[in-house]
Amino acid sequence: MDNETATTSLIYATRPPQPSAVSNALVFGWRAVLKFKHIPEQLFDLVMTPIMFTLLFTFVFGGALSGSTAAYLQYFLPGILVQTVVFNSMYSGMGLSTDLGKGLFDRFRSLPIWSLSPFAGLMVGDILRHLIASLLILFIGVLLGYRPEGGIIGVVEALLLLVVIGFGFGWIFLVLGLVMRTPSTVMTMAFTGIMPLVFASNIMVDPATMPGWLRVFVDVNPVSLMTTAMRGLMAGNVTAAQLGAALIAPILLTVVLAPLTLYLYRRK
Amino acid sequence: MPDTAQPPKGTAIEARGLSKYFGDVRAVDGIDLDVPRGMIFGILGPNGAGKTTLLRMLATLLPPDAGSAKVLGFDLKQSPHEIRGSIAMTGQFASLDEDLTGRENLILLARLWGFRGQAAKQRADDLLTAFDLADASAKQVKDYSGGMRRRLDIAASLVVTPGVLFLDEPTTGLDPMARKSVWRMIRSLSEAGVTILLTTQYLEEADQLAARIAVIDHGKKIAEGTSRELKAATGSGFLHLTLVDAAGIAEAERLLEEITGSKAQRSSEGAALSLMVDTPQNANRGLAALIAANIELADFSMGAPSLDEVFFALTGHITESQPSPGEA
Repeated sequence: MDNETATTSLIYATRPPQPSAVSNALVFGWRAVLKFKHIPEQLFDLVMTPIMFTLLFTFVFGGALSGSTAAYLQYFLPGILVQTVVFNSMYSGMGLSTDLGKGLFDRFRSLPIWSLSPFAGLMVGDILRHLIASLLILFIGVLLGYRPEGGIIGVVEALLLLVVIGFGFGWIFLVLGLVMRTPSTVMTMAFTGIMPLVFASNIMVDPATMPGWLRVFVDVNPVSLMTTAMRGLMAGNVTAAQLGAALIAPILLTVVLAPLTLYLYRRK
Repeated sequence: MPDTAQPPKGTAIEARGLSKYFGDVRAVDGIDLDVPRGMIFGILGPNGAGKTTLLRMLATLLPPDAGSAKVLGFDLKQSPHEIRGSIAMTGQFASLDEDLTGRENLILLARLWGFRGQAAKQRADDLLTAFDLADASAKQVKDYSGGMRRRLDIAASLVVTPGVLFLDEPTTGLDPMARKSVWRMIRSLSEAGVTILLTTQYLEEADQLAARIAVIDHGKKIAEGTSRELKAATGSGFLHLTLVDAAGIAEAERLLEEITGSKAQRSSEGAALSLMVDTPQNANRGLAALIAANIELADFSMGAPSLDEVFFALTGHITESQPSPGEA
């Protein structure tokens, strides 16, 4: 095989008409889908911990906490979905950090494309991740006896809320991904920050039994507010106030951190 | 829309006083560059000299703190998008998605450039064939060897023929075979009319590829010219000698420096010396002095200076031959 002639003969490729910003964003979305194809193991990472939590809490503590495992599962499952999405929202930040470390973003940034389209791709990956993980956990929940009283509509609305939550929390880790040097630092920071938020909430137990000072925090913890709205949606009895309270954190995070993310990205 | 098929004449890159500061560190400190179209231009310097920073500024990845530059006639500050439309950059670290296959990486880039559907796949397959990667097209990039990665990386820069191709240390970390194959590709790209600005810390690489070389140290350009000019500027000849016993090296160094008036360079092995001599007579006198002092020689030769010696003569320190990933 003669490299020299081959390289020379194909060298000229003139530039096709510039694609639209939407087309650029879709290409990055395609990349996110390819990642799922090539690394199916990542699904394991996404759902393993929540499945363990569901089984452990339901069968070990469930009876003691709610009188029966069935009653506890009904209480716990919407919460574990929130927990899963909040934890999994760190993956796009880790992915961003990996790409930056490898110089991949240098190539993207030296292309004449819509400069934010790589982020659109991260979002697509996020949404896929959240939907796949939530559906898997929901499926296992139903197998174990969970019944969403809100029906299909309630479940679809709950999934939408989960995507919104994931979108909002995702910004935290995109910022960390831009600031931290390694993906593993992003992960460590994520665990350190998320653990107290998730445990000091109403996901696992009814806050009624907690000491007063802790309840003050648990009641305003965004994770509690989101979990309450999730329970309402899945049970078909959500109130507008509950939904509004659940959306405060994702909206605030987006409004504050999205511009910060773009600023950090452009400055890098 | 900038046309990527550039006329051969004129200036591809023109930089004036280009500077970048990181805190107190002047990473790039007032560099002027004129790179004619179609040339392979080498930026030579040790780790941390500012080569990568200079390249990143010219590729619109990093805004300069002072100075200005034009790439293919477009101003760096005013028209970065137009510049991005006519350049390509291959960074020091493979800028590829390791989880994707080689073919998917190229299709991804082809689509970003605006090739649609079948045309994107065709372009990817053509590049894979040209770069001898067709057999590995369905393999994930993480399973590629260093040489294959580098070839794919360069192929990725050619999805649309760039007017200027920036190559940051294109062969760092490659074995000699892979290095030669990358050199061959760079030469054939240049023959096809692509202007290439490459950085390297390998003097041999600059010597082999570049029509002109700028030597950079501590963010400043300390010399520029063809490799022949740089060698000529350093002096007519170099005396290289190896002692039988390394213990006599300090004495030999003192005697030779006294006679020739130039500074000797010790090799890392300890028993070899080289220094500039203006005439063969001076070299002779130096050798005679060593014999008179009972310093035994294992070997000696006169020759034109290597680029290593040129670099030493220009900067006062030798280049580091070990590549380090920490280069700024």
